[in-house]
Amino acid sequence: MSATLTTVSYVGAIILFILSLGGLSNPESSRRGNLYGMIGMAIAVIATLAGPQVTSAGYVWIIGAMAVGASIGLYAARVVRMTQMPELVALMHSLVGLAAVLVGYANYIDPAANAHLAGAEKTIHEVEIYIGILIGAVTFSGSLIAFGKLSGKISGKPMLLPGRHLINLAGLLAVVWCGAQFINAHSVAEGMTPLAVMTVIALLFGIHMVMAIGGADMPVVVSMLNSYSGWAAAATGFMLSNDLLIVTGALVGSSGAILSYIMCRAMNRNFVSVIAGGFGTGGGTPAAAGAEPAGEVVAISGGETADLLREAKNVIIVPGYGMAVAQAQHTVYEITKHLREKGINVRFGIHPVAGRMPGHMNVLLAEAKVPYDIVMEMDEINADFPQTDVAMVIGANDIVNPAAQEDPGSPIAGMPVLEVWNAKTSVVMKRSMASGYAGVDNPLFYKENNRMLFGDAKKMLDEVLVALKAG
Amino acid sequence: MPQVIGVPRETAAGEKRVATVPDVVEKLVKLGFRVAVQAGAGEAANFSDDTYRAAGAEIVGDAAGVWAASDIVFKVRAPGPEEVALVREGQTVVSFVWPAQNPELMQSLAQRKATVLAMDSVPRISRAQKLDALSSMANIAGYRAVIEAAHHFGRFFTGQITAAGKVPPAKVFIIGAGVAGLAAIGTASALGAIVRANDTRPEVADQVKSMGAEFVGVEYEEEGSGVGGYAKVMSEGFQKAQRETFAKQAKDVDIIITTALIPGKPAPKLITAEMVQSMRAGSVIVDLAAEQGGNCEFTEPGQVAVRHGVTIIGYTDLPSRLAKQASTLYATNLLRLTEELCKAKDGTIDVNMEDEVIRGTTVIKEGAITWPPPPPKLSAAPPAKAAAAKAVVTAPRGHGHGGGGAPASAKSTAIVFLVSAVLLWFVGANAPAAFIGHFTVFVLACFVGYMVIWNVTPALHTPLMSVTNAISSIIAIGALVQVAPPIVDAGGRPVAWIIGLALVSIALVAINMFGGFAVTQRMLDMFRK
Repeated sequence: MSATLTTVSYVGAIILFILSLGGLSNPESSRRGNLYGMIGMAIAVIATLAGPQVTSAGYVWIIGAMAVGASIGLYAARVVRMTQMPELVALMHSLVGLAAVLVGYANYIDPAANAHLAGAEKTIHEVEIYIGILIGAVTFSGSLIAFGKLSGKISGKPMLLPGRHLINLAGLLAVVWCGAQFINAHSVAEGMTPLAVMTVIALLFGIHMVMAIGGADMPVVVSMLNSYSGWAAAATGFMLSNDLLIVTGALVGSSGAILSYIMCRAMNRNFVSVIAGGFGTGGGTPAAAGAEPAGEVVAISGGETADLLREAKNVIIVPGYGMAVAQAQHTVYEITKHLREKGINVRFGIHPVAGRMPGHMNVLLAEAKVPYDIVMEMDEINADFPQTDVAMVIGANDIVNPAAQEDPGSPIAGMPVLEVWNAKTSVVMKRSMASGYAGVDNPLFYKENNRMLFGDAKKMLDEVLVALKAG
Repeated sequence: MPQVIGVPRETAAGEKRVATVPDVVEKLVKLGFRVAVQAGAGEAANFSDDTYRAAGAEIVGDAAGVWAASDIVFKVRAPGPEEVALVREGQTVVSFVWPAQNPELMQSLAQRKATVLAMDSVPRISRAQKLDALSSMANIAGYRAVIEAAHHFGRFFTGQITAAGKVPPAKVFIIGAGVAGLAAIGTASALGAIVRANDTRPEVADQVKSMGAEFVGVEYEEEGSGVGGYAKVMSEGFQKAQRETFAKQAKDVDIIITTALIPGKPAPKLITAEMVQSMRAGSVIVDLAAEQGGNCEFTEPGQVAVRHGVTIIGYTDLPSRLAKQASTLYATNLLRLTEELCKAKDGTIDVNMEDEVIRGTTVIKEGAITWPPPPPKLSAAPPAKAAAAKAVVTAPRGHGHGGGGAPASAKSTAIVFLVSAVLLWFVGANAPAAFIGHFTVFVLACFVGYMVIWNVTPALHTPLMSVTNAISSIIAIGALVQVAPPIVDAGGRPVAWIIGLALVSIALVAINMFGGFAVTQRMLDMFRK
């Protein structure tokens, strides 16, 4: 296969990737979108193998390595539970990051790749290697920490080192200084030291960055790392002068960046403040800033919840991370099915940052076979709460906190929230009165028309279901 | 020493309600009180003495015994003259009192040096909703009004097409969309009637619509909300326009239910003799304001009258006609009041005049008349409006996708363009030609990504991330070209290292590539309609 043919194949692959992303605009076309992605990837890999840059000597090695990776990947994809999706995605980002680092090193030590370059081109090439490894390393360690946090192996609380901004700044200066050393190095051996030091700093920076971010901000982190893995691929593309890598990396990178932006906006937070880490550090302590909620908390039982649901005409269910933790989505669907058979209009209201990654709740509900046309976005459903008899909040807290609208002093003031308190009755299912990730007390719990159903979401929902079927 | 709550049998003629029910007795006992119920007190509401006893109440033979034994007396209706004579000094009486309408009763109760809490004077603030007995009784009255109307109306409510012919649905017009009016709307629409409703307060239009009725407005600009969520007296011009609206409706509808009341004033006469005349024979008017004189000129309080072939129901005891339900709700309201009075749960009450709810409810405190209370601090309407306005303000910001709300201001746009121009100039001035080619591709790709991603529905954000993750495995290409490049090995090339690094990369990325696409497929397969 000639070089031109390979390039043309790459163009085909690029078009397929764009179609793939475009296909996700609605669930109908999304399966085809994924198929386009697969075909595009297959074309790209085969064209490269058949192209002039790979000789047949490497085929055995390549196929062997791919087979190993493929079997692990396919196995993981089959056994992963939908509640673990955020962890899996974070782990996969780390692989891309690591691959970018390895490819960067391999390229740097390969004299054949660099020999023909000189002057500005050589400098640019070295900067490309340097940046590729930098982004790759940050993605790698950051994703690993995100994986640890999401899977509960590391505490979800933000770890705030004293003077963390100074540490980051010092790290950045060290990286720039190493970069200068690296570019001025006369031989590969000489350049290796600053490169290795920078890699270590980048790894530490990735760890530090994600450690400082609280659990509620995880959707931003996951989408941001998604973005980084794209930029890492793009940087590798510049390094190898490969347009396919550049375009694909840019697509993935901008996709992740937009998702991060959407998530930040859904929390009414500044991207920089999320990345800088620590919730509420910007303006005073949460306890002092938020007004004390007045009123009393009214607890109810599963049976009473069932009575409320049975007598309702319109029900909106607002799921949160608690539903994912308790694996309660199937019970939620059973209840939904039961109520719908009785002619009760049941819908779901999804907050953009509910869960631990963008769209997490939608995936869980889809897994439980909840039809997607009754799963609504926040903006679609907020106006309907006044006509709703029962709003059932399952394991969510900050995303239904009226303080965001009512209390300008609250740390989450201005964050768009689901207005469940406008329903005739709201039922909040929660393990205890503890505050959410934002550490803000929730005045919703003290509202006149709110009821609290304390307990594990799965167990309580099972009770509700039994009571519903009995009644 | 726990205090005793006494519940005598109601003495008013035809009153079937009772001030407590066995379920509530149990909870009162849990609060630490002893409860004494007069024998046969709950009989008319189908609560036997045995059920009270089983719930923990003592049954006392006669009314005098109950009054003598109790520290607190729960009643439904205001105490009659014989009962006032039984009131002891220091005793607390809780019942409906209507202090504005019954000044003599107030005087005589004050002379007995009692403390009186009037359930009709509970302030209309949201915290006090759970003890708002007027609302719970009005709810029952509204329901029962429709049932009474159905009883006297000679046709179905719901439209039907039967083998024996077509039945048109009944048309019901409800005046006043307070608690009773809304309950009537709900009941009538549940029976299948076409329901219309009117109210002088424009803010209730949404509530009316939410109950399934059509809101019939009066074409006249005037705000009808008074203090505390009640209606106020309207201007002459408005009343004329209102009469025209009602006259039009009267000709069209089968049933009119009126619930128009203004606190402390006789009920407004809204349905005139001519309107009644214009109605079809067999139509029904239910006047829930009968006790305050009635909204209809023909209303005879407590009676059913037939004028011009139209049945006019003026029952004043609608809640009592649903005695069991009314008693249960009223008893629960009293329980909530008791909880407010007895925060310590030690079986003694504390009439704390600092508490806004208790202050408003208490009309006589140890013989001193404390009615009327200072006006409630807040009406329900203004905060609701403010909240609505806020919601409107925040709505555009929360808009999901489509490139943000309003376009950025000219200044910030200009700054962005300026910075971009400087950056581009810097790159163009310094970079070699080969780099510029890649750079062009890169920038355009970023824009394509930007445009494409905005169209992705939020529901698919997780699959989007997982598919972009899979696509980022394209980095495998970078590793592939390093394994066996077509170059003559000039020596000094660390082949083992390069191949090793590249192969590890390929294996890692392959996990991502295959796993990513497979898991995306698995997720997307779940999205079914």
